[in-house]
Amino acid sequence: MASFEEIGPRSPVTESIRVDKVSPQARLFKNLRAITVLVLALVGLIPVFAMGVTALKSRADVVAVPPRIVFEPTLEGFVFLLTERSQLSGAALTTAQENAEDLGLFERIALANGQRINGPSDFVMRLRNSLIIAGGSTIASVTLGLFAAYAFSRFNIPGKDDLLFFILSTRMLPAVVVAVPLFLMYRQLGLHDTHLGMILLYTVFNLSLTVWLLKGFIDEIPREYEEAALVDGYTRLQAFFKIVLPQATTGIAATTVFSFIFAWNEYAFALMMTSNTARTAPPAIATMLGRGGIEWSAIAAGTLAFLIPVVIITFALRRHLLRGVTFGAIRQ
Amino acid sequence: MDLTIQNGEFVVLLGPSGCGKTTTLRMISGLESVTQGDIYLDGRKVTWLHPSDRDIAFVFQFFALYPHMTVRQNIAFPLQAEGQPKDMIESRVREVVEMLRLRHLLDARPGKLSGGDKQRVALARALVRRPAAFLMDEPLGALDADFRETMRAEVKRLHISQEATTVYVTHDQIEAMAMSDRIVVMSDAEVQQVGTPAEVYHDPANLFVARFIGSPGMNLVSGQYADGAIHLPGSNRYNVGNGWHTALPRDLGGSSEVIVGFRPEAAHINEDGAIAGEVYAIELLGAYTMLHVNLDNEENEIVHIRSDRQTRYPIGTAVRFDLDPEMVRLFNPQTEMAIRREVTP
Amino acid sequence: MSNVALQKVSKRFPGVTALKEVSFSIKDGEFFVLLGPTGAGKTTTLRVIAGLERHDEGRVLFDGEPVDNFTPAERDVAFVFQQYSLYPTMTVYDNLAFPLRSPLRRLPATEIQRRVTEAAQKLHISHLLERKTAHLSGGEMQRVSIGRAIVREPRIYLMDEPLSNLDAKLRESLRVELQHLQKTQHSTTLFVTHDQIEALTMADRIAVLDEGRIVQIGTPDDIYDRPSSVFVARLVGTPRINLFAAGRENGKVTIQDSDLHLPAASNSLPASFTLGVRPEDIVPDSEGTFSGRVGLTEPLGVETILHIQSGQQTFLSLVQGMTHLGMDDEVRFNIAVERLHYFDGNGKRIQ
Repeated sequence: MASFEEIGPRSPVTESIRVDKVSPQARLFKNLRAITVLVLALVGLIPVFAMGVTALKSRADVVAVPPRIVFEPTLEGFVFLLTERSQLSGAALTTAQENAEDLGLFERIALANGQRINGPSDFVMRLRNSLIIAGGSTIASVTLGLFAAYAFSRFNIPGKDDLLFFILSTRMLPAVVVAVPLFLMYRQLGLHDTHLGMILLYTVFNLSLTVWLLKGFIDEIPREYEEAALVDGYTRLQAFFKIVLPQATTGIAATTVFSFIFAWNEYAFALMMTSNTARTAPPAIATMLGRGGIEWSAIAAGTLAFLIPVVIITFALRRHLLRGVTFGAIRQ
Repeated sequence: MDLTIQNGEFVVLLGPSGCGKTTTLRMISGLESVTQGDIYLDGRKVTWLHPSDRDIAFVFQFFALYPHMTVRQNIAFPLQAEGQPKDMIESRVREVVEMLRLRHLLDARPGKLSGGDKQRVALARALVRRPAAFLMDEPLGALDADFRETMRAEVKRLHISQEATTVYVTHDQIEAMAMSDRIVVMSDAEVQQVGTPAEVYHDPANLFVARFIGSPGMNLVSGQYADGAIHLPGSNRYNVGNGWHTALPRDLGGSSEVIVGFRPEAAHINEDGAIAGEVYAIELLGAYTMLHVNLDNEENEIVHIRSDRQTRYPIGTAVRFDLDPEMVRLFNPQTEMAIRREVTP
Repeated sequence: MSNVALQKVSKRFPGVTALKEVSFSIKDGEFFVLLGPTGAGKTTTLRVIAGLERHDEGRVLFDGEPVDNFTPAERDVAFVFQQYSLYPTMTVYDNLAFPLRSPLRRLPATEIQRRVTEAAQKLHISHLLERKTAHLSGGEMQRVSIGRAIVREPRIYLMDEPLSNLDAKLRESLRVELQHLQKTQHSTTLFVTHDQIEALTMADRIAVLDEGRIVQIGTPDDIYDRPSSVFVARLVGTPRINLFAAGRENGKVTIQDSDLHLPAASNSLPASFTLGVRPEDIVPDSEGTFSGRVGLTEPLGVETILHIQSGQQTFLSLVQGMTHLGMDDEVRFNIAVERLHYFDGNGKRIQ
């Protein structure tokens, strides 16, 4: 077989030009890559740092050009964000200044601007609304999604694929397209500017996400577990709670985080479907107008405050998010 | 681990899951890094070379065929990756396809093929380059039992016709025995014995090899050595042959604990047999019968005796049997090593 | 324990008919094996009996009563799966107790404990009761799976290839134990497998399934010595049976592509047919009638497989122990003519 002889082993290679995990030089490269990625990540976080810093700047520092890196931190932004103030002048101002030692921290800062604190601002309420609405809709969409995902995963529903696609397609709708009809509907139903209305809205929009995510997680749980339980005398519902649920906790945690983040950050509908009672934080933060125009430090402080609940939830569930779904499969 | 594989040899790395056989194979191929030591191919050091520079071909258990390419493209791929001229690739592919009888599948996609056909394509892809060595990781593991038999003979025939050095990993000791020139028996990351199939079968170096090779493995019964005989469970006595009388006390030191090993075919059912027991289970295997006999009442010492197909005993029957003295092996329970018999001059 | 019968059960999935009029019955206390290649419909049959799949035609009877409309729980069967059967978040004890804790059964805790400890003893896993299942070896896991079935004391055990995911050695020892357990407990068992060794060694009777259809039912001896078709003959026996295209001429049987002549067993043999010879019936003998050349040897220790070339045909021969014969050696051999198998053009056995 002439062809075989002609193409024998190539001339022996003793040095690889390709770098890979096998050689010790490759490890150095791996470290370099890791450091580069870390640096890039830090660079990506600069806007977050900038925001944190801005929250602590005084009005003057915020608009200074060039931007001040070294400055004197102040809680002015938080004061503006969290309190209702009224301007003092003349005699009232002097009286207040004389009694300065009796005042709390916030009141003293307000006084420095010639103001007196009347009470908490709307922002606290807005934050509370966000929590109620995002929390409520997350619980609703994850629960409904869980049952729907289980059904889609385990049962032969006629038209299953079409239904799933339909559910997914709701996600493709830009808010703007449905805003007007929804607005009219809500007005008609008396759901405009209500907590219930917003929760319903967010639940429906989140369902596509939760159903798809949870179905994926439930698909990975082998059917044999439930079938064994069925054969052993449990009803499907009991098998669902005793067997599927404990193994789906990672998936449920991940889905909860994602739907919460979506509902929490939602801006368009929050702006259009609420005016006062049910208004959530995002529209509130964007429109903080003060005596001198847009209060940047307040906006930054508000954004910071707004971030906290999400960070807490994600941090609390981080192990669930990182851990893959593992099962006690037969080890060979 | 120290191992030298000769040119054209078919060496099997054999052991249970987790023993290190696949890791060894992957180190030879370059898919796994070496913590200490070196690997040489034809005298040149390849320890840190990229897999594609080592001139080896790898056959995986789950075929690893490119699903988006046809069979023809799969087989041609390694040569294309090397940049060989087109007519060269075509003639090579044709030869390999004839060798493995794949002509009727050339334009099919791997997704449509049976397991056996997929493995043949994987073999063809490995053969097409004529590498210095073939590395195979349990290639028959994913196939149905009857396919495994035919493919086993086919791989062996290919090896003989190509005179190709092959390193083959498996946990199936039948495959190892049938195909290899030498077997490397491994357990827990250590080499237990290296030898020809006859050597590991008839002269296992330790208890692990004795148990692992053969289906079922060697019967290993614990006993006490005293006065030229071994006392076995169930008040059985086995008189040891001449070659053991000096070797035993020397090897065992002060202890009298010894393990008697014999293969199922070394025992013969006999009404006046030296050893007695009770039938625990019986397996009818078509060409022969395997009797599982309980030596004592605790169901701890069960020995397997191979008998002809006429043998049928209900569970619980009392039986007696003899051992062929040439085929008996003794082991030291402390060291787990085989005791070497004195060879009578 | 019950006897179970299937009467003309058919099951269709979109695009494929999984079961075609499957009928067989299992006697009380019998170890019945369903043998067939992958995709033959064995698992589907098991699931239909358990109630996890609804069949389209036919009836399933337990002790003569139809159970077609019963839920899996109501049928009181125990199912041992091939894998993924142990709940990973529970200990071995809880896994074994789980079936007994179902609201359907309402067993007192003392009874549950008794059954669990008994089952654990029988399967030699008493020392593992407090361990989490993730820390078990493959063999231990399957023992717990089987234990979960035993604690139920059901009407029938349904086992779906429980040993096929285990290492060869583990499979051997578990096979012997399972058989001993079944014979001493007299439990009605339907065991499904594609491994003919498992079928031959454990079964009281075997049903061979081919693409959803039962092709033969019989004892292991029946299946091995009198296979009803080429398919069954090929399925059982290691190494595989030798099959040759053959013809009858002048009272002699000739084998295609070979010079071998065998005396024809009877004159009712058709002019052309398929001849089957088991490897152990081809015996090398220095005075043998036939001759050939050794093409390949496969030494297995206890026996050796010889590939003997005669003409253009390869004859697989099984000899005891090791042999001095090597590649390219000339060899003479005999064929046990009284043990030949004859199959007609459709692959069916000729008597």
